[in-house]
Amino acid sequence: MTTTGAILRRELGSYFSTPVAYVFIVIFLVLSGVFTFYLGGLYERGQADLQPFFRFHPWLYLFLIPALSMRLWAEERKAGTIELLMTLPLTTGQAVLGKFLAAWGFTGIALGLTFPVWITVDYLGDPDNAVILLGYLGSFLMAGAYLAIGACVSAFTRNQVIAFVLSFMVCLVFVLAGFPMVMDLFQGWAPQWLVGAIANMSFLRHFDSIARGVVDVRDLIFFLSFIAAWLFANVVTIEIRKAG
Amino acid sequence: MSQVAGKTGAAIEVRSLHKDFGAFTAVRNLSFDVRYGEVLGFLGPNGAGKSTTMKMITGFLPPTRGRIRIAGSDLVRQPLQAKRQIGYLPEGAPAYGDMTTSAFLEFIARVRGYGRTERRRRVGESIARTHLDSVIHQPVDTLSKGFKRRLGLAQAILHDPPILVMDEPTDGLDPNQKHEVRELIRDMARDKAILISTHILEEVDAICGRAVIIARGTLLFDGTPRQLLDMSDLHNAVRLRFDGGIPAQAQRLLRELGEVAAVTADADGRQLTALPRNGTPIIRQVTQLARRENWPVEQVFVEAGQLDEVFRRITTSAIPARPGGAP
Repeated sequence: MTTTGAILRRELGSYFSTPVAYVFIVIFLVLSGVFTFYLGGLYERGQADLQPFFRFHPWLYLFLIPALSMRLWAEERKAGTIELLMTLPLTTGQAVLGKFLAAWGFTGIALGLTFPVWITVDYLGDPDNAVILLGYLGSFLMAGAYLAIGACVSAFTRNQVIAFVLSFMVCLVFVLAGFPMVMDLFQGWAPQWLVGAIANMSFLRHFDSIARGVVDVRDLIFFLSFIAAWLFANVVTIEIRKAG
Repeated sequence: MSQVAGKTGAAIEVRSLHKDFGAFTAVRNLSFDVRYGEVLGFLGPNGAGKSTTMKMITGFLPPTRGRIRIAGSDLVRQPLQAKRQIGYLPEGAPAYGDMTTSAFLEFIARVRGYGRTERRRRVGESIARTHLDSVIHQPVDTLSKGFKRRLGLAQAILHDPPILVMDEPTDGLDPNQKHEVRELIRDMARDKAILISTHILEEVDAICGRAVIIARGTLLFDGTPRQLLDMSDLHNAVRLRFDGGIPAQAQRLLRELGEVAAVTADADGRQLTALPRNGTPIIRQVTQLARRENWPVEQVFVEAGQLDEVFRRITTSAIPARPGGAP
């Protein structure tokens, strides 16, 4: 646990010792504000909830999270520090978990800093705060799913641009799973159970129900097991291809 | 954690180590030991498999075949226990560029599981030993090559490991820095097992008690630097430097001595080198001759041998003979 904690600390510290953290947080806050108030029409709807706010999170994360996760392993490979890290007395699992938790925690901080939107709604009307809290939880879990994909993809390459583009593509597939763009790729040749499974992986569907305040444990379990699966793939990737 | 579990026996035990990268064989059936209190120089031309072997010994790369034991622990079966015993300076001394010197060492100490007080003590100690005091608040990215290398060393010795593995620890350092690093290594050599790779041959002579030479992944020599020198053609050769030019007949007369295999004249025309047969000492015969002939000898010098010559011969002779190739 202390080992994982040491990794987590270092990673989190490295976000804030470079402009990455500040750029990310500012862009995230500005964009989520623009989306919520202009595209989402928070005021015009005249409803005291954060639907317009949460609605855009899957799309915001789609390009912001890969930008955050692309460096996780690719940078270690490029700088050669992976050799230093993996010859310290720690397991690959501890390293993977520490890095992931740091990135997830950082996203949590960025998400937490959107609290003025909540205050605004709370000041203007009388929203269901439990639903809003659940929305935040759902958004946080979904961010974790994006990050787990991004971390794993980042472990494949030493090139951060490649890591970014690939993560974006993989995330896009899961955002759009269940929609014709993705389903048409599989329909016709893939077995029915696979098509069904892919359709069930849709981030949008699982997130939407949470954000609307529908508490379904299956949605929470979906995100958590999705994260676990990708972290496991991350460990395997590092184990198989440490050098290069 | 600094105590050594039973200082007897091999600290590093490498047996039939083999590593393939696809169709390419980087390390072939390599076996050697490193004992406590010993500095082993790992020599070989670039691409010989030195770094790959070190990466396997430190648990970074899994071997394709073969076994490695670190202080008695099998590296594959008990990787964490083995890694705790090792301090490793990877090639190029990689470190996290966005951290400061002290933050980086703090991180290493934290991963190694030290509590606050112990951490502070260890970080302070390794900073002092590697003379990093002046740059503790500087980001690693801004450090000069010498400081970066020393930071790598500081990181490797932080937990006072019984075993040190260093991949080209003095590469790219200026003569003063090289001297300092060698002093540090010599200082630690008393109770540790130290494996350093290098392609600087003077280094082997300077700090290593034993040398191993590999080329194309195969072990070609395992012995002391002394034995290595003895293999030199120049071992026990006598150089005569003359006041003025080389006397007429000198070259012929020297060659006629029974123990002399060959005589060469140096480019400046003032020096002759007599090479012995089978490395036997010839100094007595040569000086007798010089006295008898009354040569104006200015300097007499007996060669210990030249490492680079032996190195070249050993590492190239294993190549299957080609017409016109190396002997």
